[in-house]
Amino acid sequence: MPLVSSSGKSGRALARAGHALPWALVTPALGWTLLFFVLPFIAMGFSSLTAHEGGGFTLSNYSQFFINPSYWQAMVNSLEVTAIVTVVSVLLAYPFAWILAEQVPKRWQRLALMLAVLPFWTSYVVRSYSWLLVLAQNGVINRALTGSGLITEPLQLANTRLATVTGFVHFFVMLLTLTIFANLKQLSPSYRKAAADLGAGPVRTFLHVILPLTLPGIMVGAFLTFVLCIGDYITPQILGGNNELLMPQLVMMQIGRRGDFPLASALSIILMAVVTVAYLACARWLKIERA
Amino acid sequence: MSVKSASGNPLSALKRHLHAACAATALLLGVGSLAEAADLNALIWCDHSDPGLLQPFEEANGVKVNVKEFEGTGAGLAIVEQSQPGDWDVMVIDSIDVPRGVEKGLFEPLPEDKLPLADLFPQVKMDGSTVVGGKRYGITEKFGYNTIGFNKTKVDPADMQSLASLTSDKYKGKVAIYDYYLPVIGMAALAIGKKTAELTEADLPALKDELLKMKANAKLVGEVTASQTALATGEVDILVGGGEWVTAGLAKENPALDFSIPKEGAVLWSQSLAMFKDSKNKDMALKFIQYIMSPEGQARLATSSCYWGMPANTKAALTGDQKKVLRFDEQPGFLARAQAYPAPNADLDKKMQDMWTEMLQAK
Repeated sequence: MPLVSSSGKSGRALARAGHALPWALVTPALGWTLLFFVLPFIAMGFSSLTAHEGGGFTLSNYSQFFINPSYWQAMVNSLEVTAIVTVVSVLLAYPFAWILAEQVPKRWQRLALMLAVLPFWTSYVVRSYSWLLVLAQNGVINRALTGSGLITEPLQLANTRLATVTGFVHFFVMLLTLTIFANLKQLSPSYRKAAADLGAGPVRTFLHVILPLTLPGIMVGAFLTFVLCIGDYITPQILGGNNELLMPQLVMMQIGRRGDFPLASALSIILMAVVTVAYLACARWLKIERA
Repeated sequence: MSVKSASGNPLSALKRHLHAACAATALLLGVGSLAEAADLNALIWCDHSDPGLLQPFEEANGVKVNVKEFEGTGAGLAIVEQSQPGDWDVMVIDSIDVPRGVEKGLFEPLPEDKLPLADLFPQVKMDGSTVVGGKRYGITEKFGYNTIGFNKTKVDPADMQSLASLTSDKYKGKVAIYDYYLPVIGMAALAIGKKTAELTEADLPALKDELLKMKANAKLVGEVTASQTALATGEVDILVGGGEWVTAGLAKENPALDFSIPKEGAVLWSQSLAMFKDSKNKDMALKFIQYIMSPEGQARLATSSCYWGMPANTKAALTGDQKKVLRFDEQPGFLARAQAYPAPNADLDKKMQDMWTEMLQAK
């Protein structure tokens, strides 16, 4: 009896420990999220509903966005730039990832991947300024074009939307390459063999088998690109020459001199809402498990 | 009055609690990194972080100056609001914004008899801003002009004597605009014959037209580093809003860079030092202000590695070459033609910033 009782107690203790362990493991992450995301977000939400002058409840910080065409234009610009960057990055990254996964011998893949992500090792700001030097009027590209006689006057490449997109694409192609590469490597060769057995050629196999199966990798990468791109301040600020404003620049403008944190908070929450819509649109492909 | 109304508002009360929670969190996380009471904690612009400026003061007084850089008064005041009272001792602030700090009850009156006010250029004392309610809360330490910076080998210097050149076809695509709305709006005001100190909401349409003309000629609108780089690398030949703060520091490497004070005038910028009311180290804070305002401190500040500017003290111990680069001897004439930095009230300030946003978005 005492033995039974003892084993029963230890069994219950083990069961309790078994229940407690996942919570113990997840608590630091939950605490971190609560402290550095949930609380600041709530604070930002309240700030966005407060009048800049005199305090008190107001919705004007939100209404300004819809009333002021230049604020609205910032969102349109952000969406346009983000869409272009995402599409171009996917189109460049997919063949790159395919070559890495399928054409590069296995023993060289690790090195090839490392080389592919090498630009990640440099500072984001330094990389943006480097692009500015490449695209400048006296930069490498213009000097090469004028030197070869292809053009007589330098092109305006720096301080344009093209420059912003170039800087973004350089960064996000690396990110997308990684996610698509990982997806391609997970694919069993038997899919291709089965397709071939059923008479499908390489193009048909790619379009009807490989591409659908790698869609989760593409969508995860595209979603990350969307989120990181639409919220980025540095690249458009350095490369875009302020010839158009994107949402993060508009948010920062409210803070600099006037310290209008309520309006900056409202604009940030609107930006976050757009990201949420993008998430919901991609949600079906963002599941970790695959059927 | 605003405090009273805020205390009765449930939203504000919740906001206050959230602020307190955030401040407590920041305090917990910052334990160990917070400066010791014996140190001097300064909220500064980048020109004050030059070791060449701080080291002599630190060695002479056996104190460590902890600095935190910020850009824009709003951002600086937000840092103060998120700090504990007494965390900061001194602050660098736009002279026109000293009253904002006073209204928030942040600053300590400065003892005029212990400061070299008599040695300052009279036009840059800015008593209208630095003295509030008969008490001095700020002292101008450095000034300069938002005017036309240019490369004299690429443009006709005679053209740079008129603001009309900035909108002429001759320099289309050769222009950069400094990305700060107040001084450039001030320049637009000068271009259309308005006085910067008298701008009202009724002037905004005409100012907007002028800004749009400038934008149509511009290749970029850039903050300090971007606009300076554009001028230095030849991406553009003219910087609207540029001045000695852009050209003087680059004079050795690029002597072709220069600035003009056009016939319509220029916008005078000035930065001040203020002491915090809750400083735990007021004696050392005053010593720091006295050092910065001394001839030696003024020379070091004027030629700081971040950006050069005119020292407010006429007795600044600058070398002959430094004075030449800063055009020290021409200051009386420049100051006579310079106009005040626009200092709009909160409502007009917001409208001016929105107008600037429209200009930036214009294709």
